[in-house]
Amino acid sequence: MGEAVVLWRRLVGAQIRSQFQYRFSFGLTIVAQFAISFLDYLAIVVIFHNVPRLAEWSVQEVSFLYALSCITFGITDLLIGHFDLVPQLVRNGNFDILLVRPRGTLFQIVASDFQLRRLGKAAQGAIVLVYALASLHVRWTPWRVVVLAASIPSGILIFSAVWVLFGCIVFWTTDSGEFTNAFTYGGNFLTEYPIDILSAWLRRFLAYLVPLAFVCYFPALYIFGKPDPLGLPRFLEFMSPVVAVAACAVAGLGWRGAVRHYRSAGG
Amino acid sequence: MRVDWEIAKRGWRRYAAYPWATVAGVFTNTIFGFIQAYILLAVYRHRDVVGGYDPADSVTYVWLVQALLMTVQVFGWQELAVRVREGSIATDLSRPIDPQRYWLAYDLGRAPYHFLFRGVAPFVLGALLFRLHYPTTLAAFLFVVSLVLAVVVSLGFRFLYNLPSFWLLDIRGVVLLVVSVSLFFSGAIVPLAYFPAWLKTVADALPFAAILQTPVDVWLGKAHGWQIGLQLVWAVVLFALGRIVLARATRKLVVQGG
Repeated sequence: MGEAVVLWRRLVGAQIRSQFQYRFSFGLTIVAQFAISFLDYLAIVVIFHNVPRLAEWSVQEVSFLYALSCITFGITDLLIGHFDLVPQLVRNGNFDILLVRPRGTLFQIVASDFQLRRLGKAAQGAIVLVYALASLHVRWTPWRVVVLAASIPSGILIFSAVWVLFGCIVFWTTDSGEFTNAFTYGGNFLTEYPIDILSAWLRRFLAYLVPLAFVCYFPALYIFGKPDPLGLPRFLEFMSPVVAVAACAVAGLGWRGAVRHYRSAGG
Repeated sequence: MRVDWEIAKRGWRRYAAYPWATVAGVFTNTIFGFIQAYILLAVYRHRDVVGGYDPADSVTYVWLVQALLMTVQVFGWQELAVRVREGSIATDLSRPIDPQRYWLAYDLGRAPYHFLFRGVAPFVLGALLFRLHYPTTLAAFLFVVSLVLAVVVSLGFRFLYNLPSFWLLDIRGVVLLVVSVSLFFSGAIVPLAYFPAWLKTVADALPFAAILQTPVDVWLGKAHGWQIGLQLVWAVVLFALGRIVLARATRKLVVQGG
């Protein structure tokens, strides 16, 4: 495990150095990434320009959900966003190369294409988080601090599990990976808003079965001390870390099954 | 004309070759459509009309946007830039057909494919589950006209933002930036009718509404005749700019490798 971390740092360090070689382009991509998330946030501002509350949620509360979603999704994208390259590897048969190297396939993909520019999204989320927390007047208790601190790693693990698990589909469909986008980028979009505005069937599917509600919604309810508009059991507000670990276990098993199913394209 | 038709057929076939990608894309558009529809419907718990849109208008907007995203290619297109980077542009420039004409013909072959196979299915799924607004016969006809113009404006714009590739080795940053700005001001994320006045002024001064919001508003019966005229104006302006920049770019072109 320790050796894997050392190797990861060396591989990623080399990629970061190479990205600094094209400074103008690198700077521009960071600005672009920042601008994209800013425009996403502007969409929320535009909606609240028309209504004081979205269902039972104020602009500060939705800003908090948005910020937490951006930070966790942004960091996930930074760490494993290059999973989007797997469909290409499967289609052209280059996945073979990963199988013959003396390291796990998952590890090799994670260490393969680290793009520092993706930090732009998380950085923008952090700015919105500061605004949301400053304007929300949260009555901080030790437990609320714990729930907030735990929600970030939990959210990253849940998003990562979703990315890996739904990325496995490509071993069967050999498509361009767009199915996966519905759950990864779609998951980012979904968690920016409160889930009680969704219809019941969509919520069951995307918030509970795919456990996206545990990224922002449940931790936020606890931190705000807000009664759940859906009237769900309160212990769920503490469950994000447990759900995150469980989701990763399922994703790990799914990945092993998928790799075993891989048939080389014979490239 | 014959050559344009042949190129257009290639454009259609290039995308028809990957049926699974189409199915996956439809699925993704549908999921996004559902999420966006419920967000906008939540807005109407406190108001009946927002910016002239009632709930049925807003939900129709959502499904039309999901249906047209691929047709008008708002998510970024770098095929021209790739040809510049690889050096194949040298071959393109020596062909007896103007590059803008070539790409327009190609894109007018691609767009109907995306409209039929990426657009119709998500819209029908949306129509089955939500109460939508349907156009009159006249509005439906004008919608088709406006959509064709939207594709042309979109190509004019895409052609233009691919041209920095003649000067820069890596234009990902440029593309990411212009695509995100154009996406927002095309009305793909929130309807332009929801915008506060100052932001609406910015949107009106830019060509991006002509790429998406105008055909949607024509469908909803909320567009004025001059807006279709404006699409035509933007098409001409963007193509003219593309020509000027291309002329300057080819003068300094150095093909790498080859």
